[in-house]
Amino acid sequence: MSSLTLPSAVDLARAQFALTVVWHFLFPAFTIGLASFLAVLEGRWLATGKAVYLDIYRYWLKVFAVAFAMGVVSGLVMSYQFGTNWSVFADRTAPILGPLLGYEVLTAFFLEAGFLGVMLFGLERVGPRLHFLATCLVGFGTLTSAFWILSANSWMQTPAGHVLGPDGRFAPADWWAIIFNPSFPYRFVHTVTGAYLTTAMIVGAVGAWHLLRDGGNPRARVMFSMAMWMAAIVAPAQLVIGDLHGANTYAHQPAKVAAMEGHFETQSRAPALVTGWPDAEAGETRNAIGIPGLASLYLTHDLNGTVRGLKDMPRETWPTNLALVFWSFRIMVGLGLLMIALGLAALWLRWQGRLYDTAWFHRFAVAMGPSGLIAVTAGWTVTETGRQPFTVYGLLRTADSVSPVEAPAVAASLAAFAVVYLAVFGAGIWYLLHLFDQTPHVHESGPPTGVPVRTAGITPAPALDAPRDGASRPALQPAE
Amino acid sequence: MTVDLTLVWALLIATAIFLYVVMDGFDLGVGILFPAIREKADRDVMVNTVAPVWDGNETWLILGGGGLFAVFPLAYATLLPALYIPLTLMLLALVFRGVAFEMRFRSATRYSQTAWDGAFSAGSFVAAFCQGICLGALVQGVRVEARAYAGGWWDWLTPFSLFTGLALVAGYGLLGACWLIWKTEGELQIRAYRLARAFGLATFLAIAIVSLAMPFLSPAFRARWLTWPAMAFVAPVPLLVCLLGWRLRGALDRREEVVPFLCGLGLFLLSYVGLAISLFPMIVPPAVTIWDAATHPSSQRFLLVGTIVLLPMVLGYTAYVYWLFRGKVTAGAPGYH
Repeated sequence: MSSLTLPSAVDLARAQFALTVVWHFLFPAFTIGLASFLAVLEGRWLATGKAVYLDIYRYWLKVFAVAFAMGVVSGLVMSYQFGTNWSVFADRTAPILGPLLGYEVLTAFFLEAGFLGVMLFGLERVGPRLHFLATCLVGFGTLTSAFWILSANSWMQTPAGHVLGPDGRFAPADWWAIIFNPSFPYRFVHTVTGAYLTTAMIVGAVGAWHLLRDGGNPRARVMFSMAMWMAAIVAPAQLVIGDLHGANTYAHQPAKVAAMEGHFETQSRAPALVTGWPDAEAGETRNAIGIPGLASLYLTHDLNGTVRGLKDMPRETWPTNLALVFWSFRIMVGLGLLMIALGLAALWLRWQGRLYDTAWFHRFAVAMGPSGLIAVTAGWTVTETGRQPFTVYGLLRTADSVSPVEAPAVAASLAAFAVVYLAVFGAGIWYLLHLFDQTPHVHESGPPTGVPVRTAGITPAPALDAPRDGASRPALQPAE
Repeated sequence: MTVDLTLVWALLIATAIFLYVVMDGFDLGVGILFPAIREKADRDVMVNTVAPVWDGNETWLILGGGGLFAVFPLAYATLLPALYIPLTLMLLALVFRGVAFEMRFRSATRYSQTAWDGAFSAGSFVAAFCQGICLGALVQGVRVEARAYAGGWWDWLTPFSLFTGLALVAGYGLLGACWLIWKTEGELQIRAYRLARAFGLATFLAIAIVSLAMPFLSPAFRARWLTWPAMAFVAPVPLLVCLLGWRLRGALDRREEVVPFLCGLGLFLLSYVGLAISLFPMIVPPAVTIWDAATHPSSQRFLLVGTIVLLPMVLGYTAYVYWLFRGKVTAGAPGYH
């Protein structure tokens, strides 16, 4: 680079990818679960005829529309960034990753975008059953999208089914092996489960927020109850899934796991460190406090098992930011344990009949609202920075993947992305918080088929149409 | 008989990009027309005409980018760095616009309503302008050496590319106005007729100027358009452009409702065909052909198998959604929400 004080184009491109992908994934992490939640709500409404489910559906549909739009436009940026900043990576991996992303667009994006319009605007036009189908198709689309993009990401972590040409370009040899590469099933289940938990934490927090105001609001009760069931069942399951994913990572990317654990030395009865500061220069984790044998137990499923440390692996394959991998992992696991605590406490209170009138617990649930988003971000930080210094693990180095674009261009676009994302998505998220603050009201009873859902002015807030109604918009006047 | 897979793919990707251009074209066009229509109720109707379909329209852009990555990676890996700045600006503009779509209906205050309207309109304009710049920069040619972009990061910026940027803004404005003629009624529709006339004239002049400039950009273009007997085969394109322009004018005079939009689509299709005649088989002019840029044959086959099944399905349910939301959109139309 021309000047020593400037970061290199690689560092800037990495920063830009990190910034845009973290912003982007906040939205799908939420909408994947929310789409399924909406399908369950509408299904229960159709099955039971209880208006409360439709009211909750409408309440969350408004949220879904905004979150989904932000996911679409931030995702569009991602699909071009491989080319703008990582053109060498794109050229070399396209024969493998290109078709996977192509299938994502064809099987998922069109499905989601096409039927979202029906979901948002079409209830009166198509009737409840076809509308339910549209909701299910959108939900199915979000999961299909996760399937393909996680297959692509997993291939970068555990490449398989390819031939590496002399010019550094990958060629496909076995598509089945490429799609179902070794880490994919674990990463897929772990990520989707994480997305469901993220949604459960947000829905639970919103339900709890309104229960704190009015413990008798039936819509707040139902959404809170459903979210707490999810927390009670899915959070412990995620612990098991995460453990299996970790064992898979240990088999294929031992350096990443060593960085997650802060292990430099290969050892039996390896401790699980609770805290510490991994120091690559010193070759040790400073101020480490750990539980003896626990890491051996969960990585090898044997208390005396031998666990490989970083010094067992070539220095040039160590993740480049050990402390980031180490601490992101602890944030994810710590929040996961808190979610389990929340779920178990909810079970206990439910059994005691106090789920809807225990204020301290509702405050706990409100505080846990963003925990899923933070845990998901931390988890991705572990897996992505743990893959460094490679883009395709062991085969293509990050430094060799970048575009021949000059650093100032990358720096300028990075600054532009940072400012625009903060302003636009900041405003979007602020608005989502405002929506969360709106009390979920009772709506017109009965299915609205053939009846305009325009009740703005009478019961404004939950009316799905109200915020879209330009002529009279009492719905969005602040509640106070 | 063997099928040239790469040629099939070139046709498919070209189709996807064309579908993007016309579908997002009219909904960007609606944003481009915002400064001409200032009343809030009218603007709400304008946005409502595209609200159920804009997500799907923009998905074609992802297919265009994703398809290029999947099938013509060398084009993807050289064009995107070459068009770094206009593409980044376009993406940021679409971010603004996409979020403004949802937010402008939800603004609690007059002030934030104005701000989101501005974001929607400016985002639409900048996205269209940048797409036009990319088109102009592509046509001028991109330097590629050793499978990588070899030019500087301002190479795209020329008077020609700025002009094609404005030309596309005019074209999208025309599509937007014709769309509004089709989907609205009353006072708003009358103003859409006037806008369609102005943007139609601008589009027609822009097509003429770009067409006249093209042969001077490269000898290859000259050979395609101005040598006998090639001239005889390509001559129908400009003739049809003139015919359609004349038909559009008549349709606007007679207050026809659907024909103007079809004429607009026709003008885009003819311009696109003209462009294809100039460029084929180059995907990154002046030197990279579709066969140079194509990915591994196995990847082409693997994706084609699914595309043959999935693309008709996508087109089918896209058509269904358009059909579902057919008819005029009026202020506060209840069925629309």
